[in-house]
Amino acid sequence: MSAVFAIRKARSKFDFEAVLRRSGIDLPPLAVDTLQVNISKICNQACRHCHVDASPTRTEKMSPEGIAKCLEILERHPAITKLDITGGAPELHPGFDGLVEKAVAFGKHVMVRHNLTVQLDGHPQTKESKEYLPEFFARHRLEVISSLPYYQEFFTDAQRGSGVFKKSMEAMRRLNAVGYGVEGSGLLLNLVYNPVGPYLPAPQASLEADYKRELKAKFGLVFNSLYTITNMPINRFKLHLDKTGQYEAYMEKLLAAFNPAAAAGVMCRSLISVGYDGRIYDCDFNQMLEMDALDETGGGLTIFDFDMEKLLKRTIRFDEHCLGCTAGAGSSCGGATA
Amino acid sequence: MSSYYESDDLKKFGSIGEHGKKLADDFFKYYGDVTGADGALTRREKALIALAVSHSEKCPYCIDAYTTACLEAGANPEQMMEAVHVAAVMKAGITLVHSVQMQNHLGKLVL
Repeated sequence: MSAVFAIRKARSKFDFEAVLRRSGIDLPPLAVDTLQVNISKICNQACRHCHVDASPTRTEKMSPEGIAKCLEILERHPAITKLDITGGAPELHPGFDGLVEKAVAFGKHVMVRHNLTVQLDGHPQTKESKEYLPEFFARHRLEVISSLPYYQEFFTDAQRGSGVFKKSMEAMRRLNAVGYGVEGSGLLLNLVYNPVGPYLPAPQASLEADYKRELKAKFGLVFNSLYTITNMPINRFKLHLDKTGQYEAYMEKLLAAFNPAAAAGVMCRSLISVGYDGRIYDCDFNQMLEMDALDETGGGLTIFDFDMEKLLKRTIRFDEHCLGCTAGAGSSCGGATA
Repeated sequence: MSSYYESDDLKKFGSIGEHGKKLADDFFKYYGDVTGADGALTRREKALIALAVSHSEKCPYCIDAYTTACLEAGANPEQMMEAVHVAAVMKAGITLVHSVQMQNHLGKLVL
């Protein structure tokens, strides 16, 4: 038996849809209240776990026509109340500011997946400064969601690169200075924890309390909520698991921790993810695996022929990585789900 | 057998029930009740205690399992290393405090 065949055979036991069937769970779409748009794969960082494989050298980005189409969809569909802008570092897209301004003008709640360090690093290719971001975010009252794998340097730099923790602390200080995370300001700064290896996150509430206590005590920093997110076994993180012989054990851990309550709350039931080229996916992870959202005829859905009815009738596509969203307390772009 | 300790053997822990199911079931329930939830001690505190005991008892299975368990309970490497130092000083202290017995016996033997 070849090694490749042996690995594939071994992996078949992580059939997510079979797990759902055994548990009597059906997961049809419930709504599309969030448009999550991945506008750019360029990033000033190259994190070891990144499911996007983002880095300073990536060049893929959404066209002006794509941005305009997203805005048109937001304007035409009041049921889509939230715009979640992600990347890469989405602020490096030349159309980022305009997208934010127009979406806010439509009355949408706009979230930005902000990696903190881009404020200080700027654009890795053009060297354009991004120091204006805290004031820009505050002016448009964006919700800022920022990855910080731990409240200490060791784990953070191990995952996100040397020096990232210190820069992240300075970037948080600048966000706090304009009111982000400060009680009564209404400016939301939420942090994201994800494990620095193949293990499940600690309970969200207790970890949030640790982060708040330690960041306040050691750096005088504040934030609103902590979201715990499980590492998805795809792309860069999966490569690490494969290289270190830990893929099987990690998948077994996710499978053993399958939680029906977490399954019911998976984010793909209420959001859609849009790629830089306008293709629509059930989530950002499916996007990175190029698992397009499909209509009833099996055709790929895009923003250029956007049809809410078709989206609500679609069958969400699952694969073994979905076990990451249903393990333990669950995982989503908004943290634990159960 | 190439080694007495194979990391994959940890998965076979459940097989202790093969020739004594009831006792194994009782043990695993007790184990789960003690370690699986917050009580008077948090899960994190219990995981750190278990990590320290894993070292003092020199159990490689337990060291692997509780290194992961500590991380999944939100502990950090400083806390985990400090727990191991607690085990280490207990071992050292237990060794050293026996010197009192040595001195007692010396007192009897020496004229």
